[in-house]
Amino acid sequence: MKDTRSSMSGQLAGAVLVCALLFFAGYAALFIAPDERTMHEIQRIFYFHLPSWITSFSAFFVVFLANVAYIITRKPKWDWLGVAGAEVGVVCCTIGLITGPIWAHPVWGVWWTWDARLTTTFILWLLYITYLLLRGLLEDPERRASLSAIFGIFAFLDVPLVYMSNRLWRTQHPQPVIAGGQGSGLDPVMSKVLAICIFAVYGVMIILYHQRYALERLRHEYEELRFEVESRAADAASMGKGNR
Amino acid sequence: MSTARAAGILLAKELRLEFRTRELLTTTVIFALVVVVLFSYAFDPTAAESRRYGPGLLWIAFLFAGSLMLNPSFAREQSNDTLDALRMAPVSSFAILLGKMLANFIYMSLAEIVLVPVFAVLYNISLAGVVGRLILVLILGTLGLVITGTVFSAVSAHARMRELLLPLLLLPILAPLLIAAVEATASLLADPPELDRTWVAFLAGFDTVFLTASWLLCDYLVEE
Repeated sequence: MKDTRSSMSGQLAGAVLVCALLFFAGYAALFIAPDERTMHEIQRIFYFHLPSWITSFSAFFVVFLANVAYIITRKPKWDWLGVAGAEVGVVCCTIGLITGPIWAHPVWGVWWTWDARLTTTFILWLLYITYLLLRGLLEDPERRASLSAIFGIFAFLDVPLVYMSNRLWRTQHPQPVIAGGQGSGLDPVMSKVLAICIFAVYGVMIILYHQRYALERLRHEYEELRFEVESRAADAASMGKGNR
Repeated sequence: MSTARAAGILLAKELRLEFRTRELLTTTVIFALVVVVLFSYAFDPTAAESRRYGPGLLWIAFLFAGSLMLNPSFAREQSNDTLDALRMAPVSSFAILLGKMLANFIYMSLAEIVLVPVFAVLYNISLAGVVGRLILVLILGTLGLVITGTVFSAVSAHARMRELLLPLLLLPILAPLLIAAVEATASLLADPPELDRTWVAFLAGFDTVFLTASWLLCDYLVEE
């Protein structure tokens, strides 16, 4: 009991810390970061657009690692990690897909364009939504874990192929500005604000991850207990019949 | 028994089953024809537009038809619990998968042999002179479709709403294959026709990646 209480207070402290960091990141992005020369205010959405993209890709990478680990070890905890990662990744990816067009419309003049990075992200988003959908439609827990792990591995292998195939068409998304070659690079204040935003969004991601993982573990325990109760009830019923 | 021999025997079994009824083949061909006809209603293309949009239309028809045709591949085994019998047989799980992939490849190729000439006639596209290269593109594209499709048919066979689920699993994964196959086919219909080798190599790479992945994961796919 004491143990759960101390972990609860730890979680609460973490959540408060991440909230404070997130508020500060929002303030920094809106008021501290300098004005961008050509795009002005709309550029500030970048401070949350890029972090959401980074977190969603790291979450999907964790899903892939968890899927491989499940296939090798068959330990349910890797399955829990996989589903937690897919859900968190889809949430972050959705934020990226919403903030992107808001920025693109005034800057590019269009909401959406079928360029390599945009298309890849969109297909990635579809693939992991399908992963979650597939899990919902598979009844047996063990089969759900192994079959969704196989789909997850195929989906992850598909990502570089999607990117390459779109790259062979053409690309419009701005090149990486942080280490993208000559003439790239951020103003030092901008990069500090960006770093705070990345930390804040990562913090949110870790909290969501933790909660979702714990929920999945509880769900697993519940399913096992329910199975136990049902099989005992069935045993008792058959014994009762025997006595009569 | 070697994997190749076992896969050959299983392929013969699949073909024997299908050619007793031919229901899979007929429904696939008719479905793809319906898609081709509906497209001409929706877009009413001129001759120049046909050359531009034709390859995309053809491959979308194949992908849709394939995502429906591949459904029974494993689901058919479930209704009589025959997958258990296959598992008990002294063959590797890759042989089971490979037999099904080959069977699906043959069905899909037969459907394409019917559809491509019909498509060429309906959309006034001349295929003379490019048939050999077109067959290469069709083979590579169809392989990618049946490799991933057969694996996902084993995945969706255990799920609820499996008929709806398979296209959902399959079509996003096939997005890069679609681009590559369409671009390669379009390069053959251009004037003068010249096969775009980059896309052919891409198709071959796609097939290799997913065939290797299915070989590595097949034990978990066909297990109890």
